[in-house]
Amino acid sequence: MTAILKREVRAYFDSLIGYIFLTAFFAASGVLFSVTSLQFGSTDMSGMYASLFYILLVLIPILTMRTLSEEKRQKTDQLLLTAPISLSALVIGKFLAAMIIYGLGVLMTLVYAIVISFFGAVSWLTVIGNVVGLLLLGAAYVAVGMFVSSLTENQVIAAIGGFAAMLVLYLIGTIAQIVPINWIANILAGLSFSARYNPFTYGVFDFSNVLFFISATVVFLFLTVRVLERRRWS
Amino acid sequence: MIEVKNLVKSYGDKHAVAGISFKANDGEILGFLGPNGAGKSTTMNILTGYLSSTSGEAYINGHDILEDPIAAKKEIGYLPEFPPLYLDMTVREYLYFVYELRGCKLPRNTHLKEICELVKIDNVFDRRINNLSKGYKQRVGLAQALVGNPNVLILDEPTVGLDPKQIIEIRTLIKKLGKNHTVILSSHILSEVQAVCDRIIVINQGKIVADDTADNLSRQLTADHKLIARIDGPKDEVIKLVQTIPGVVSIVADLQREKGVWEYNIEAVEGTDIRRELNRRLMSRNWYILGLRSSELSLEDIFLKLTMGESVTEFLADKASDLEENYEEAEK
Repeated sequence: MTAILKREVRAYFDSLIGYIFLTAFFAASGVLFSVTSLQFGSTDMSGMYASLFYILLVLIPILTMRTLSEEKRQKTDQLLLTAPISLSALVIGKFLAAMIIYGLGVLMTLVYAIVISFFGAVSWLTVIGNVVGLLLLGAAYVAVGMFVSSLTENQVIAAIGGFAAMLVLYLIGTIAQIVPINWIANILAGLSFSARYNPFTYGVFDFSNVLFFISATVVFLFLTVRVLERRRWS
Repeated sequence: MIEVKNLVKSYGDKHAVAGISFKANDGEILGFLGPNGAGKSTTMNILTGYLSSTSGEAYINGHDILEDPIAAKKEIGYLPEFPPLYLDMTVREYLYFVYELRGCKLPRNTHLKEICELVKIDNVFDRRINNLSKGYKQRVGLAQALVGNPNVLILDEPTVGLDPKQIIEIRTLIKKLGKNHTVILSSHILSEVQAVCDRIIVINQGKIVADDTADNLSRQLTADHKLIARIDGPKDEVIKLVQTIPGVVSIVADLQREKGVWEYNIEAVEGTDIRRELNRRLMSRNWYILGLRSSELSLEDIFLKLTMGESVTEFLADKASDLEENYEEAEK
């Protein structure tokens, strides 16, 4: 697993995807930070964290698009799948590598908080809650993106498919409102990523939301492993 | 040691591998021979755990590849048909990665250095794989299979893309490795398996059509009654003379090899040896035999014969009669 993790992190910076992702993330969070906090002279950063939700819809697919699709296209999956490691170790190694790159982006928002703390009192607990929320949301998105990437050999399809899948998970709450059947609407509303994420930005640390994102991550990583497993039998 | 029992791989109702069983012992080099699409690569992919078989069992040194994949995979070094290379890495980075991936315990630098010297890639150790020639890429793929010194080597067309000198080097290397490894290699080039392998398994349409040593295979199918002779003498008269030898079925002039010297394909009734009589009669006319060999079937013929069955004999007979007709027409 560590071999995969190390190689993936390297590959992110060899293939420029890591730089592109981080640049875009820093730029987006920087703009949001100045628009929602600096301009108003406020130490409340929740506006930035809330808006980052939408930025991630676009950025995470870029991070995950090549994870598994590229291996299949280049036939390097033959090396990985015939090596003496389990499929879960392979998938988790790749997941953690994407999380490290993503984590570097999220850490940047802490820098903004430190900068702003020189000019006023920052509610550190809220900031940390937000960072944890952002990491959990990202983890679930990365797992979704990897799952989509495992379904195709084409990076572009993986990126667009990942974006579409995340869009659905985001819109699921809105869809729930127009579903006339109550119990279906309730289930859909419970699955809404935005409804689960927003409380973090209000400064509410609800453990059920933490559990939701962890479960979503595990489910999609599990599905990714199943896709790889199934490929051997097809 | 590799043991395979009744391996089947189906895609829908098509059988890519239709019940293959064999055993490869330690220190044996086993060759898979077959046309493209015969099921060689599929069989290898199943042995290495990349694909799962529809039914049947495969054991690598006693470990079932389905039940105990990690233990089985530890024993295998695999060079797939397309070497699985990360093009954006240098050879060093790539081999370090494979070393870690396989959880190799041998001292890293000396072990990898040995491998690189063995397959002669030490001079490109710090080059990006993307910039290497096809031959070098193939050898990096081979190096990858050797990392961790696995007991079993499975090499899918290992000499594809190499120049003749490199092919000889790699063959020598495989022979050397075969002394203390179990090696399975596939090829559709007959001379290659003939040159390298102790034993040959001929596969066609997912089935084993022959499993024997290279020598036995060719001995089984030799043809003593068919001769190829180079005779110095006037063509038409030679043909007339040879036809009078008892037992001769046909004689066809093939090509003029030197001025006045033709090569003839002579066929006699099976079980008769006409060589002495041929000599005696030609000598009496002061014509000379400059070369004489029995047209032993090459592995090419064996291969055709085994994979095409009876139809090949008819095919060759047709061809021979065509030649004769052409010859007669030309004479007119």
